[in-house]
Amino acid sequence: MRRQRVIPALLLSAGGLVKTREFKQPIYVGDPVNAIRIFNDKEVDELVFLDISASKEGLEPNYDLIEEFASEAFFPLSYGGGISSLEQAKRILRIGIEKVVLGNTALDNPRLVQEIANFAGSSSVSVCIDVKKNFFGNDVVHSHASLKNFEKNPVYLAEVFQNLGAGEIILQSVDRDGRRTGYDLSLISKVVQKVDIPLVALGGANGLSDFYTAVRAGASAVSAGSYFIFFGKHQAVLITYPDQEEITELFRGL
Amino acid sequence: MKTAIIDLGIGNIGSMYNILKHIGEEAVVVCQPHELLKAERAILPGVGSFDAGVQQIEQFGWRKALTEFVNVKKRPILGVCLGMQLLCNKSEEGTMSGLGFVDGVCKRFDSNGKIQLKVPHMGWNEANVVNPSRLFESLEMNNRFYFTHSYYVELQEKECVIASSKYGSEFTCAFQKNNILGVQFHPEKSHRYGKVLLKNFININA
Repeated sequence: MRRQRVIPALLLSAGGLVKTREFKQPIYVGDPVNAIRIFNDKEVDELVFLDISASKEGLEPNYDLIEEFASEAFFPLSYGGGISSLEQAKRILRIGIEKVVLGNTALDNPRLVQEIANFAGSSSVSVCIDVKKNFFGNDVVHSHASLKNFEKNPVYLAEVFQNLGAGEIILQSVDRDGRRTGYDLSLISKVVQKVDIPLVALGGANGLSDFYTAVRAGASAVSAGSYFIFFGKHQAVLITYPDQEEITELFRGL
Repeated sequence: MKTAIIDLGIGNIGSMYNILKHIGEEAVVVCQPHELLKAERAILPGVGSFDAGVQQIEQFGWRKALTEFVNVKKRPILGVCLGMQLLCNKSEEGTMSGLGFVDGVCKRFDSNGKIQLKVPHMGWNEANVVNPSRLFESLEMNNRFYFTHSYYVELQEKECVIASSKYGSEFTCAFQKNNILGVQFHPEKSHRYGKVLLKNFININA
């Protein structure tokens, strides 16, 4: 039976695995290759790696590390961070990554989405839109790119990227990153209504019931960081993933 | 050389090579059409648009080598994702002619139909085996495979359909016409199910 995907989103910084809160205070949580091995055993649906050091410092993707990931993972992998040209995207896809994820670079240069989609097909390119509530409680796109006001509307941007050929939108709530207070459901449904491509919800998940509500709000897939990394009262680092049966049962009828 | 992974310059070659190595199969990435005939069997992976794939085939002279491999030598070939589609006649995605080894057309999922489908079809789905094939040996029940595609193959020769999946409606996710096989999903990214399927493919003429 077909069902919605559950996708751990793992952050990389200088080759290590980290976790942030509201995009700040990255703490080291382990070795990414070890995490891949654990997720292999657990037969994870899919994994997203986002290299926050590469995107922040404008570095090239760490191809050696990505190659190591690809050789370990027998499930679909996405990679984002520091991809600013078609050549870089080609190289990453060739290594064995299923999807490249563009964030800030797509906002700086939206044509890049189109170039990659034309070359490798829409299903090989995702765009991650980071959203933060402003002082007035409105949802605005969070980016270092210089955007005009109307371009800061996440719904508008999702449509733009869909039209340019993106195969998927990762919709991330900055305010909820690492907070585990649940997904921003109204934001999810607003965007879902306007796009025909799959939407991945990210930011705020604390448990299976959050996955359920996000899917009910229209998400095609749910993603999380902390939920898969921290465990128990003391938030010890422990990589976990629900059983396949558990996920199938959770989404039954949706 | 046992298994050739055909490198059209557009495929996700790394993943296929890794998984074959993992299951203990000797695989060689082949970039030159004349090297193909040394192989006992071939896998044609591919991502990207249909015409981009056909262009690579024509530009580097693959059509002749593939035709000899498949139609004269009758050695097994497995097309994966776009690779499966390239084995067919044509696609709604483009205007160029595919390899035409099987009589089929690639059609786009309809996102404006009664059921509002999100396109691409991206994620895990079940392959329902409709005709027995060695490719799905021991995978008949409770399998799951990873899909990511906007177009699917519609065959003229319905008897060649070996498995179908449901996305909105039923579509062909695997076919076999004698030595010519194709799967729409990515076995190289489908955990143990994909490993078994690739082993089955290798055993077809091992």
